[in-house]
Amino acid sequence: MEAADVYFEHDADIGVIGRGNTVEEAFVGAARAMFAIQTDLDSVQSIEGIEIDFEEGDLELALVRWLNALLGASRERAMALCEFGLARKGSHWLGWARGERWRAGLARGTEVKGATLTMLSVLHGAACWEARCVVDV
Amino acid sequence: MDVSRLKSIDATSWTLPLREGESRGEVRLFADAALLAAMDDKVIEQITNVARLPGLVGAAMAMPDAHWGYGFPIGGVAAFDPDQGGIISAGGVGFDISCGIRCLRTDLTADDIQAHARGLADSLFGSIPAGVGEEGSIKLTPGQLDEVLTGGAQWAVRKGYGAEEDLEYIEERGCMSGAVPAGVSELAKKRQRGEMGTLGSGNHYLEVQTVERICDEQAARAFGLAQGQVIVSIHCGSRGLGHQVGTDYMVSLAKAATRLGLDLPDRELACAPINSAEGQAYLGAMNAAINVALANRQILTHLARRVLGHFFPEARIETLFDVSHNTCKPEWHEFGGRRRLLYVHRKGATRAFGPGHPGLPERYRAAGQPVIIGGSMGTGSYVLAGTRESENRAFSSASHGAGRAMSRSQALRQWRGREVIDVLAARGILIRTKSMRGAAEEAPGAYKDVDAVAEATERAGLARRVAFLVPRVCVKG
Repeated sequence: MEAADVYFEHDADIGVIGRGNTVEEAFVGAARAMFAIQTDLDSVQSIEGIEIDFEEGDLELALVRWLNALLGASRERAMALCEFGLARKGSHWLGWARGERWRAGLARGTEVKGATLTMLSVLHGAACWEARCVVDV
Repeated sequence: MDVSRLKSIDATSWTLPLREGESRGEVRLFADAALLAAMDDKVIEQITNVARLPGLVGAAMAMPDAHWGYGFPIGGVAAFDPDQGGIISAGGVGFDISCGIRCLRTDLTADDIQAHARGLADSLFGSIPAGVGEEGSIKLTPGQLDEVLTGGAQWAVRKGYGAEEDLEYIEERGCMSGAVPAGVSELAKKRQRGEMGTLGSGNHYLEVQTVERICDEQAARAFGLAQGQVIVSIHCGSRGLGHQVGTDYMVSLAKAATRLGLDLPDRELACAPINSAEGQAYLGAMNAAINVALANRQILTHLARRVLGHFFPEARIETLFDVSHNTCKPEWHEFGGRRRLLYVHRKGATRAFGPGHPGLPERYRAAGQPVIIGGSMGTGSYVLAGTRESENRAFSSASHGAGRAMSRSQALRQWRGREVIDVLAARGILIRTKSMRGAAEEAPGAYKDVDAVAEATERAGLARRVAFLVPRVCVKG
C-alpha cells in the first residue's frame, strides 16, 4: 500500500505524487501511486512485462504521457502492474513495467481512466524531484 | 467558495462581474446560496477560464452540482460558434466520453421485488462485469468494433442486444453521426476489446430503484412513472476506448493550441478551433466514442433485462431515456435574435430539451426531455423534465448528479467500505461490489444533498422535478 503522502486532494478525482532523486525516479513514484489506486501493489506478482517508448521534450507532458501509456498498455493486456522503471535520453523515454493479468485474488480498488493536465507539475524542490498530476477515476 | 465576488441575479443565478481591464465572456453560476457557498473556489476559477476561450457564445455556466474538474469544472456548460473561431476542448468533454445514465421503467412494484431482492442483487452482480480489471464476454474483431464506432446502440440492437423501441428513447436515436473510426487510435481500439458491456468503477453503478415520490403528475404520466414502480438505472460511459481517445487528444490538442497561437489561461483547457484539422479530428473521434458509450449502455440494458427476466418472466422493461452528460454536440439554438449552430460542451451536465423540441420522441414532446440526476447509493436520484426556460438560460442544460461534497481521499479517511455496505443493508439497500475502497469513496456522505441540487435545478428554471427514486439494489464497480 502506498503512503498517504503520495496523494493530494481533488474534489472528484485523485492527485498523485512521485518523488525521487531524478526525474525518472519521480515518474516511477507517480506510476506506483497511480496503480496503487487500482489494487494493492504488494499482492501483484511480477510475471509479465511491458515496454513503453515515447518522444517528449516537455517534462510535464512527459509525465502525463508516461502515466497514460502505462494505463493504456495495462488495460490493453488486462494487467495489474506493480513494478516500474524509466530511462531518458534527451527527449526519448524508454520505460518498462511488470505485473500480471487480473485474477480473482487481487484486491479491486478504483479504476483510473487517465492522467490529466490538472495540477500538473514536475519540479525540483529542496531535496528531490517531485512529479504530480490529477488522475481521473 | 468565496461568494463575495459574485453578484446575485436572482435566488439561484449568479454572475462574476468583470474586473477593470478584464476581457472575457460572461460567467453564470446556477445554485442557491448554500450550494454555492459549499462549492470549491476552483469551480469559479475554472469556469472563468472557460469564459476566456475564443468563440464563446453567451455565458460559461456552472450547474448547481458543479465541482472542481479538469479544465472545465464538472457541471460546466459552454457553447461555441465555429464561425467565430469557436473551439472544441477535450477537457470540456472529459475522459469518460458520453458517460451517462440509461433509465429503464418496469411494470414491477416494490412489493414484487421485495422477496427476491437478495437473489436479484447477487444475480445482477454475477452478470454485470463491474470494476477494475473485469472484462465482458463480448469480444469484437477490429471490423466489428468499427461498426460499433459508427453504429452505437443501433449496432447493439441489430446484434440482438435489445429492441428497436429502445432506440426511440436514446439521444440521437442511439447513433451519433459524424463518427470517424480512423481518428481513433489502435491502442484505443485494443483497450475496448474486452470492455464492451462492462460497467467500470468509481461513481458508475447499476441500480434497481423504486419511485418514492411523484412531483409532477402530468409529466410522470408521460414518462410512464408511478409511485412504487421499479426502475433500473445504469450509469457508465465509453470505457477504455473513450478514455484513450481523451488521453490521445488531451495532449495533441494542448500542443495544437500552442501551435495555433491560442492564448489559453490554463493548459488543461487543451482545445483547438472547431474548424481546424485538429478540432475536426477530435470531433470525429469523440463522436465514435459516444457511439461506444451508447452501445455499452444498450448491452448492459440487455444483461439487466436477462436477469430481471429470470425472476420476473412476464415483466415489461422499457427504456425510459438514455442521456449522456460528458459530450460536445452541434445543436441549433436561438441566440442574439437568430438561430445558430453551436457546439455545446456539457462536462458533467445533462441536455434538457424543453416541451415541443423537435428532437424529442413524440411521447415526451409535451412534457419535455427526461433529465436524470443520479444521486449517491444511499440517498436517491431524480427524474426531471426539461423546460422551455432552460433553452434561454443554459442552452437547454441541467445538472447531472448530486456532485461530490468531499474528495475521495477524505472519504477514505472517514469511512470503511464494509461499514458503509452494512449500514446501507440495514436500511434495506443491498450493495454488491468487489471494491471496499470504492464503497468507502462512494459513501453517501461524500456527496452533496441531491434534494438541494434538484431543487436548485428547478428553481433556476433548468428542469422541473418529476419523480424521486430510491435505491434498493446497487451494483458498483
